[in-house]
This record gives sequence, structure tokens and C-alpha cells, in this order.
Amino acid sequence: MIDVINKRKYFFGFSGTLVLVSLILILVFGLKQGIDLRGGTKWQVNFPQSELHEDDLRKVLSEANPTLDFSINNLGEKSFIIRLPDLSEEDHQKYLEALRGLGVVREENFSSIGPAVGSELRQKSLWALIFVMIGISLYVAWAFRKVSEPVKSWKYGVVTLVTLFHDVAIPTGLLAFLGHWLGVEIDTNFIVALLVVMGFSVHDTIVVFDRIRENLLLNRGRGLVLSQIINQSISETIARSINTSLTLILVLFAMLIFGPSSLFYFILTVLLGTVFGTYSSIFVASPLLYVWRGKGAV
Amino acid sequence: MNRKRLTFVFIFLIVLALAAGLFSYDPLWQKISHARPWKLGLDLAGGSFLTYEIDLSEVGASDRESVVRGLRDVIERRVNLFGVSEPRVYIEKSGEKSRLVVELAGIKDVTEAIRQIGETPFLDFREVKENGTSTPQFLKTELSGRYVRGASLGFDNLTGGSQVFLEFNDEGGKIFADLTEKNVGRPLAIFLDDELIEMPIVQEKISGGKAQITGRFTLDEARGIVERFNAGALPAPVKIVNQQTIGADFGSDALKKAIVAGIIGTIIVMIFMMLYYRGRGVIASIALLMYIAFVLAIFKIVPVTLTLAGIAGFILSIGMAVDANILVFERTKEELKKGLSRSSAVEEGFRRAWTSIRDSNVSTLITSAVLYYFTSSFVRGFALTLFIGVIVSMFSAITVTRTILRIFTKQ
Repeated sequence: MIDVINKRKYFFGFSGTLVLVSLILILVFGLKQGIDLRGGTKWQVNFPQSELHEDDLRKVLSEANPTLDFSINNLGEKSFIIRLPDLSEEDHQKYLEALRGLGVVREENFSSIGPAVGSELRQKSLWALIFVMIGISLYVAWAFRKVSEPVKSWKYGVVTLVTLFHDVAIPTGLLAFLGHWLGVEIDTNFIVALLVVMGFSVHDTIVVFDRIRENLLLNRGRGLVLSQIINQSISETIARSINTSLTLILVLFAMLIFGPSSLFYFILTVLLGTVFGTYSSIFVASPLLYVWRGKGAV
Repeated sequence: MNRKRLTFVFIFLIVLALAAGLFSYDPLWQKISHARPWKLGLDLAGGSFLTYEIDLSEVGASDRESVVRGLRDVIERRVNLFGVSEPRVYIEKSGEKSRLVVELAGIKDVTEAIRQIGETPFLDFREVKENGTSTPQFLKTELSGRYVRGASLGFDNLTGGSQVFLEFNDEGGKIFADLTEKNVGRPLAIFLDDELIEMPIVQEKISGGKAQITGRFTLDEARGIVERFNAGALPAPVKIVNQQTIGADFGSDALKKAIVAGIIGTIIVMIFMMLYYRGRGVIASIALLMYIAFVLAIFKIVPVTLTLAGIAGFILSIGMAVDANILVFERTKEELKKGLSRSSAVEEGFRRAWTSIRDSNVSTLITSAVLYYFTSSFVRGFALTLFIGVIVSMFSAITVTRTILRIFTKQ
């Protein structure tokens, strides 16, 4: 039998460190927001007939407007992403004309978002995160309402909340790091990924809790100790916890390798969240439940 | 359930899944699959999203809804002139603000479209307050283009210059009458798109609901204004705040890659299930394929507009759809170890795994509901596909798998 409860200090230490590092990364580097959250323009152009360098584009755009604030990324295959402040249609045409000076241009993707729309979306996203966290925790507390000994059902809810925070904080920390080093931006897709992670990661937590609930009812009055019941429940369910996550992880890997590049960071976030979510449901959620047991339980 | 009835349900499910598959998978039988085409979002089909902010500061609170609705109708009429297939014009409310979203699929010249939508005459009349300087102060009035019923072209008898005749509706005629009465002997300014067109002196109260703008239009200008008024003047000014244009090649490339990734992911999951759970894994794989056929058919029937994010949501749900099977199979194994017979172990497996299947799926349903209500139209596609995926997977993993298992489990 796996003894998670006795070794809980290591798991708490590991998770605590990761969350702490993530929070520090977020505080130090901040989160680089995508244009859909802060407003701005993202413009993907393709030059099918000419081999160009970023500097060529930089030159013509600076000539069109010397004070223009922009950045260019070479995507390879003759495509570039240009990031600009939010543009009027006239300016868009002006810069397009400037780019035509370099050869035939195909606009693959142009999006320009005003700052007001961005800040509104940012606010909505935050609310969505909060609502999902609270909604799931309340549901768990309700679903486990019939077990009250030796751990009260609302504690299952709060432990779920803590675990969800853990699962979301770690990918966010990594994205803050990637944002600083690779310029990866946090956009609506990222927020959606976090929400999805919360929905998934609670699956495994529920499977373990469900077994704890069942074993508690089976052993009522037999004087079995809580730590044993939790250890036993984890051992019984660990294979299915890993398998259910593994099927999702396999699909996520297929998406990461073969899927469209625009979804890369979305999939990566879900993948990380799923891995840490599985880990936390086994090694964090159940020990937390033990630490927080009612008085008199052992 | 007796064996006969079980066999019937089984055959029914298989036929239903085959029908769904034929309906969804294009190359097989196009007569059926083309009966209802896929609905692809703009990010996959290519096209433009234009979001306009509506300036309602000059409109009274009680009129806002009708003004916004009127605005949508007018822009819809304009957009229909572009000859784009199925243009969509809709209102997005967020708090106090109203936005108008225009979706143009497969449009070639977006710039021209933006020009034609944006270049709409916004007409209003303003009172003039002389303040001694050469630039008088203009006071906005209630009277604007939204009260215009129609316009026609005319010529000045004396100078031969072009004129625009405006006819107000009843409400507008009344406001115009009051306004002219109040300003007899004083000038009244006419603004088009915030530009002063002319400032005639009001001779007398005009109560017929008709006005004329003389200005200094060329014939073409005057004709243009009349045409635009007759297509409908914008009842409130609009400003573009968000523009997104996706090239058609860009979208179809992403779609192809997502489909390939989805197929590979499905195959890997099936291989894993068959290696780990053997015979039961084969059944889970069949149920998974049926799940995919059902969901795709539902997407087509509803129809769900598929965006790239939506397809991603569906592919993720493939990875989750077998979860319920895993929980049931593991439980069945445990029950077998306890010494139960094969068939009762299967029954117990389903019964006991149900609570955790239900609880974990509800949490994903909560997530997709919040996503649906809290985000923009792009994310909605994802939320909807995820929601449908979870519901159908509960059906396929429970009903479909159980039926097959019951048939193939030795008594």
C-alpha cells in the first residue's frame, strides 16, 4: 500500500515550492497580455514570392511612420507576425501599401482590438475563473453532503478549492516565465485553458474522494483510522486516476505535435494543468483532507 | 433486460451510429452527408469580423433598444448588398454598452466593405446659439436621421444646383415642426457625419414633415446621399473597435491539422485501451467511435458553428470520453476479485462507478456553462462543443458500453 499520508510533508513541500515559485514568477515578470486582453493589433502576413528578413519589414514600416511602435516575429515559411497598437482602417491600408513595396502580400490574419473591449474581456475572464472555482467547490461540498464523519463535507469543497488553485497557479507561473523569455502572450485561449484544467483536474480528485467516502461508510464502527482509509483509497484508485488522465494526455500530445500552431500554448497549458492536476488529486488533496480532519480522528 | 430486447437495442444503436457516421463523414455517401453542410466559423472558413461600438449618448434611455435594433436592420441591409453568403449582423450587449458585430464569410475586399458600412450618413439638426464670435455654438437636438422616412433628389429652380429632399416620419415631422417654430428668424444647422452642411434661416414653422438641404452638392454627391438615406440612415453613430480578418487558406490549413491530430489522438487512445483492458478495451473503442459519430452528427443537425477552438474542445472530449469506461472497468476488476460472477461484476461495476462519473462530469458541465455565459462568441463555440461532448459521452460510455458488455459477457 502506498503511504501518502506519512510522507505528506514531502508532497506538501514539493507542491508548496512549485506554487511559491510560480507566484514569484508571476509577480516578478508579470503576465504578458495578448491583444485581445489589452487591445492592439496582431497582423499575420505572408510574402509568397519573396525571401524577406524581419529587418526588411521593419524598414518599410518605419518609413511609413517613423514613430510607429511595433514588433515583428518571423514565423518561417515566409510568414511574419507584426504587433502594433490598435489601428484605424486607414492606417491599416497605409501600412499594407508600404508592405506591398516588398512584393506580393497575403494577409493571413488581421485583428485589431480596441483597449475598451480588451479590458472588459479581462474582467470577464477573471470573473469566469472565480465562478468556476467556487462553483466546482460548492458542487463537491454538496455531492459529499452525506459524509460528515470524521471530515465535514464542506471541507471536501475547500480542499478542492485549494487543489484547483494549485493546478492553475503552476501553469500560469510557467507562462509568466515563457512570456518573459519567449514573448509568449496570455490571451483568451489561455484563460479558457485554465478553466478547462479546473474542470478536468477535479475529475481525479472526485474519484479519490468518492472512494474515501465509500470506505468510510464501509468501515463505520470498525475503528479503522482515517490515515489508513485514505491510504487504502488512494492505492485502490491510483491506477484509474492515472489511466483517465493518460488518455487525455495522449490526445493532448497528438494535438501538440500534429495540431495547428495557433493552438500550441493552449494545448500546452491544458497538458501541464492535467499533469499537475492528477498529481495534486493523489498527493495533495487527500493528505490535506487528513490534516484537516475533525478533532478526535486519527 | 432479456436477451432479445438487448439484441434489439444493440442493433438499434449500431444502425444509429452508422447513420450518424454516414451523415458526418463526407467522402462516403455524399447524397446524405451533403443534405446538411458543416457550419464553419470565420476563423476556419476565412472572412471578417467587424465589431462596432454604438454611440447611444444622444439617445434617451427608453429609445435605446429600438435605436439599436433599427441600426442593426440598416446595417444588415447594407451588408446584404455586398453579395456575401450568409452575412451575420448581431448585437452584443455588455453592461451599458451595445456593440454591433458584422460577420462576413469569404469576403474578398474587406476594406471596401468597411468603407461602405462606416460611410453611412449620420444626419442631425442643431440649434445655433450666436455668441458674438465668428464660430457660433451648436446645440444638438433630438432630430436626427433616424426619423427620415425617405429622400429624393431635386434641383434648385434659380441656380440649378442639386438638392436633397427629406421626408420625416410622423414623429420626426412633429419634432421638426416644434424646432422650426422655436427658431423662426434664426438659423438652424444641418450636419452630415458631424460636418456642417448648411445653416439656413428658418422663415416660418414647417409642419409638413418635409425638409430640403441645398448645400453645395455636385449631382453625384447629392445622388449618393439620397441613395444612402433610402437604404436607411444610421439612427446612431457607430465606431469600429475591433476588426479581425482571416485568410481562407490560413483557416483551412489549421482545420486540416486539427483533424489529423484528432484522428491520431483517437487511434492512440484506442490502442491504449485495447492494450490495457483487452476485450473490454475493444468494446470501449467501439463505443468511442460511436461517440464521435454521434457528436459530429449533432454538430451538423443543431447546427453548431465550428470554430478552431470548438474543434479543439471536441478533440479534448475524445480523451475524456473513455474516462467513464476506465472507471467502470477498474471497478469491474475489483468486483471480480471479490469473487462475483462475470455478469454481476459488470453490473456492479457500472452501478458503483456511477457516482464518481456523475460528479466529475458535472464539474466539466459547470465549467462549460460558465464559459458560455462569460465570454465572447469565439469561446462560446468551445464551451458548446465541450458541453455536448460531455453529455453524449455519458450516454455512450454508459448506455452503449453497457449494452455491448451485457451481450458479450458469458452468463
